[in-house]
Amino acid sequence: MSAIATLSPETRIMTGAEVVLQALKDQGVEVIFGYPGGAVLPIYDALFQQNAIRHILVRHEQAAVHAAEGYARSTGKVGCVLVTSGPGATNAVTGLVDALMDSIPIVCLTGQVPTHLIGNDAFQEADTTGITRPATKHNYLVKRPGDLARVMHEAFYVARSGRPGPVVVDLPKDILIGKAPYQEADRAEHRSYRPVTEPDPRRIGEAVAAMKRSHRPIVYAGGGVINAGPEASRLLAEFVRMTGFPCTNTLMGLGAYPASDPQFLGMLGMHGTYEANMAMHGCDVMFNIGARFDDRVTGRLNAFSPGSTKIHADIDPSSINKNVRVDVPIVGDAGAVLRAIIAAWKADDTQQDRKALAGWWRQIETWRGKHCLSYVQQGKIIKPQHAVKRLFEITQELRAASGKETFITTEVGQHQMWAAQYFGFDAPNRWMTSGGLGTMGYGLPAAAGVQIAYPDALVIDIAGEASILMNIQEMGTLAQYRLPVKIFILNNEYMGMVRQWQELLHGSRYSESYSEALPDFVKLAESFHAVGMRATEADQLDDVIHAMIASPKAVIADICVAKDENCFPMIPSGAAHNEMILGPGQAGGVAGVTDEGKVLV
Amino acid sequence: MSQSMEQRAATIAVLVENEAGVLARVIGLFSGRGYNIESLTVAPVDADRRISRITVVTSGTEMIIDQIKAQLDRLVPVHKVSDLSMEGPHLTRELALIKVVGRGEGRMEALRLADAFRARVVDATPESAVFEMTGSSDKIEAFCALMQPLGLAEVSRTGVVAIARGARSLTV
Repeated sequence: MSAIATLSPETRIMTGAEVVLQALKDQGVEVIFGYPGGAVLPIYDALFQQNAIRHILVRHEQAAVHAAEGYARSTGKVGCVLVTSGPGATNAVTGLVDALMDSIPIVCLTGQVPTHLIGNDAFQEADTTGITRPATKHNYLVKRPGDLARVMHEAFYVARSGRPGPVVVDLPKDILIGKAPYQEADRAEHRSYRPVTEPDPRRIGEAVAAMKRSHRPIVYAGGGVINAGPEASRLLAEFVRMTGFPCTNTLMGLGAYPASDPQFLGMLGMHGTYEANMAMHGCDVMFNIGARFDDRVTGRLNAFSPGSTKIHADIDPSSINKNVRVDVPIVGDAGAVLRAIIAAWKADDTQQDRKALAGWWRQIETWRGKHCLSYVQQGKIIKPQHAVKRLFEITQELRAASGKETFITTEVGQHQMWAAQYFGFDAPNRWMTSGGLGTMGYGLPAAAGVQIAYPDALVIDIAGEASILMNIQEMGTLAQYRLPVKIFILNNEYMGMVRQWQELLHGSRYSESYSEALPDFVKLAESFHAVGMRATEADQLDDVIHAMIASPKAVIADICVAKDENCFPMIPSGAAHNEMILGPGQAGGVAGVTDEGKVLV
Repeated sequence: MSQSMEQRAATIAVLVENEAGVLARVIGLFSGRGYNIESLTVAPVDADRRISRITVVTSGTEMIIDQIKAQLDRLVPVHKVSDLSMEGPHLTRELALIKVVGRGEGRMEALRLADAFRARVVDATPESAVFEMTGSSDKIEAFCALMQPLGLAEVSRTGVVAIARGARSLTV
């Protein structure tokens, strides 16, 4: 009695499970992706008795996290996951690491055995906080009812603040069943976690001075711009247009700058465009905003963009000077940095050397003239590049005709790179892919998450026949919630990227990379209450794409493509940007890969 | 890279929330990212504000040490990170308990050396002595080396704690 009497008026007593749901509501959560089990039954019981939060039942906990990632990446909100203890939590780990690597805000609630059994090897017990410590941005084990509400709110704050990431809250069953006080989110500053978002004006001045003096500049923008919200992408476009600089995007940054804009050089990196990589190599000033000099982007570090002045803006100070030593480090939110840079650029009356810039563009045009993404589609066999290109063009027509937005998710491998190369994104948050971790099986559940957020949009998972089988059980989720997700499989009957590396680096010894004993994807679709269709010849492709898009149901389109196509251009591992291989004719160039390069993934 | 590839030692002080798992986070960061730990100590230093202080002695190139500091700083329960070895003069101390077993002249010699090194005798029997010694790691190592032929049996060390000289203070 006395304990209750001392509580402030806004503090209410409920069950722990009710506190969890109240916190979710107060944090603006509308959807939670999950899978029930013994330890989380109290939360499921509380969910049953309310209508504010919609629960989406997935078929595997890994998929719950990927679905929440798709939801988060497409909406800018925090994605929310609910799984049980033990195997529920361990199954979620891949998704958590995926979100960690790609900086996706996720709050994952895991059930736990009651506090008095922790450490006793109880049924479905796992050391969830121990296992997920390196898999999350932060995690919590709630041991006292009085901590529950605070921890719930803090989890959301940590997930979305600074560099976003996944947060696990481990909830013992006795905490969920017992009484717990509820309080609203604390308005006070967090005790220890207060990331810097506003950039240092001195650094902004240095950056602008370097860029004003540049002769061969480039803007290299990454996923941080997307994470900073659509306004950051608008500011990026404003800055690039007012300076006349060329701009390239990372895999995670696609859509941050409009792909259809003439100043866009395409994606950079291992399978980036020739012009983007050559411009990175030859630039004199590089402005990296929200990217992290990933090894897929830099190629061989000691040959990466030699001689350029490097400006790096990132919200995470540990990303700066991690791989590449930079000259102007800027810590801050991408949107805030761009706003400050634009203002400083306008305030600085130094004239740009427009003549030098025009010369730089002439050089870039000669690189563009290589048409590094060209391919020849002739005969009956469908080229995978052509399939993606037609998919892009037809969805563009659809958008022009009906205004229907298209969202693309992918699995991981060759099809992912072809999607990145041939599907153009003019706006942020339309492209969901597993970049850092490279998780096969990401695309289907991510597409489900996107479709939940945008029920009327066209959501397409560009997949490979191997990747799609890694979370194929999510067809059940599509059926249950009538999600009209389109699965566009580039079926070459190989784990294509593995096969490509075996061809180029391991003497064409295709060890275990053939997709043996594939299912009939048309029948598979039908058995999951979806529509299956197939294109085996080039002249069927457009009809299948049109039929797929026209269908009100979930569709698997099995596009049987050329089996031996490789993904080009390519920077072989251990090579520099200016040592790109443009196509199969030049593939002998890979023979020069050193043992040192071979070690790299 | 223009930056020096030379290795240096760094003594880093970290103020953290005194909560479950915080030490595991710090240690996991070092092992997960392949950084060295030469010594690591931790103890609560402010009970009212639930603050603990971790002292890590590590080594690496300048770029690696900057990385270590940035990585530590972004852990959610970390309040402050200070590279004592770079931020001016500082004191480092370690405490060791050193057991020497033996009789006769060896034992007498051990006691004489202990006196010279200002090690305190905290336990003694006719056949053993335990010395308590505080000082730099070098001093403790030098003393242990001298005790080796005199019957050194066991050593227990705290690891390094450190603090800046002068009025400059590390608080949350």
